Amino acid sequence: MGRDNLRGIFYIALKDIKTYYLKPPAVSWGIVFPITWILAFYLRNPGDFKELVPGLIAMTILFSTTSAEAVVINFELRIGSLERLLLAPISIAAVLLGKVLGGVIFGFLMTTIVTIVSVAVLKIHPNVLYLILIILPSLFVFSSLGALLCVMVKEVFEAQTLLNLPRFLIIFLSGVVYPISKMPLVLQYFSYVLPLTYTIDGLRESFSAGLSKIILLDTSILTIFFIVFIFPAIKLLYKKFE
Amino acid sequence: MDNDIVIQVSDLTKRYGEILAVDHISFEVKEGEVFGFLGPNGAGKTTTIRILTGLSKPTDGNASIFGLDVNSEILQIKKYIGVVPEISNLYDELSAMDNLIFMAQLYGIPAFERKKRAQELLKTFRLYERKDSPFRTFSRGMKRALTIAAALIHNPKILFLDEPTVGLDVVAARSLRNLISNLRQQGITIFLTTHYLEEADLLCDRVAILVKGKILAIDTPLSLKEKTDKKSLEEAFMKITGLEPEILAIEKGK
Repeated sequence: MGRDNLRGIFYIALKDIKTYYLKPPAVSWGIVFPITWILAFYLRNPGDFKELVPGLIAMTILFSTTSAEAVVINFELRIGSLERLLLAPISIAAVLLGKVLGGVIFGFLMTTIVTIVSVAVLKIHPNVLYLILIILPSLFVFSSLGALLCVMVKEVFEAQTLLNLPRFLIIFLSGVVYPISKMPLVLQYFSYVLPLTYTIDGLRESFSAGLSKIILLDTSILTIFFIVFIFPAIKLLYKKFE
Repeated sequence: MDNDIVIQVSDLTKRYGEILAVDHISFEVKEGEVFGFLGPNGAGKTTTIRILTGLSKPTDGNASIFGLDVNSEILQIKKYIGVVPEISNLYDELSAMDNLIFMAQLYGIPAFERKKRAQELLKTFRLYERKDSPFRTFSRGMKRALTIAAALIHNPKILFLDEPTVGLDVVAARSLRNLISNLRQQGITIFLTTHYLEEADLLCDRVAILVKGKILAIDTPLSLKEKTDKKSLEEAFMKITGLEPEILAIEKGK
């Protein structure tokens, strides 16, 4: 990846944040939606709110990174702006990574706000290094998942529909609100192939001064998920321009 | 290869499934000339531009720009070319200035030069007063002008213009033609696709006539008119493409 591509990735990400992410719908999906969901779960089953903080952060990661992805990729493909990017001396992979990085940066801003407010209000003391080791790869995983699902379809509405299915499935099966250990055995196995399971696990460890081995294992698995999502996404985008 | 040849296409072919969009075409474009690529809709003009600018891969054949292969050295080629697609595809939400600065960033123009270069182009294209207006608020002609400005931000040596005057009113189209003439005077090689034959006659040094993916003739507009014994390029085009009998048949039907 040369200097031209790295520069392209950076400026595409900045442009996307300015053009798409820092807008009410993206902020609403990225931050208001997870808070509303968590509050709804809390009101249904009141207990120690601190227990829900890892779930809240995980949902913020999931929704903020994928909130504008359908627009960012499919809309630009439709109106031809994505082609405009490809006329610059940067590769298709760099264009897609720029899109993914835009989601990551926006997700990082939203997740940082939610985490700082949660920690300050609830007076909890997470291991900050562990948090970073879990949050950062998670942001890349879900932003690349969003990108992958978007390049699989043609229209913006198709991408949004396709994104909603895994998002809601992931929330219910990854232990955000319901412990995986209490699920039926089949669903427990299924949860292990969902990346948010490792985000939640790592976040819980970060808030309970857990073992660094578990954090490193979760980080490694999340990195594998990123690779699994990003390479097919790049390949599919290449195919669109063959 | 002659020193003054900047685009060389040899046996280029593009197939979309059963459809042969570009059928073994070969041509050369010389430095500093305005080369017109003429043909009806679906002739393969845009497909050829997409291959030459790296937006599509050829099925077969070769193409090079400044001796660089479009398949393997396209990132290098993109530094030397500017492209104005048929659709003005800049960012609606960004202002004219921000659109140009974003393009300058992608081309690696140093920070201290970006704004200066964008201002120069906005003045050249008479858009400076609207520099802070979002692209979406521009008229079609202004959008076209800004799209051309964006393609020139990195001082390309070759400019690809795909149907630049489609959808423009008479005044905007005329203004754009003057601009193309000015760019040519500055030494920029221009590859122009159009189905407006008067426009091609006015602007092009040489033209290629393309029908159903095949090149039927390449020459100067004057030479094509002489060879076909016709007064206008449009009539010459009709004769070369065989569209003349169809037109006559329609007229007889009247």
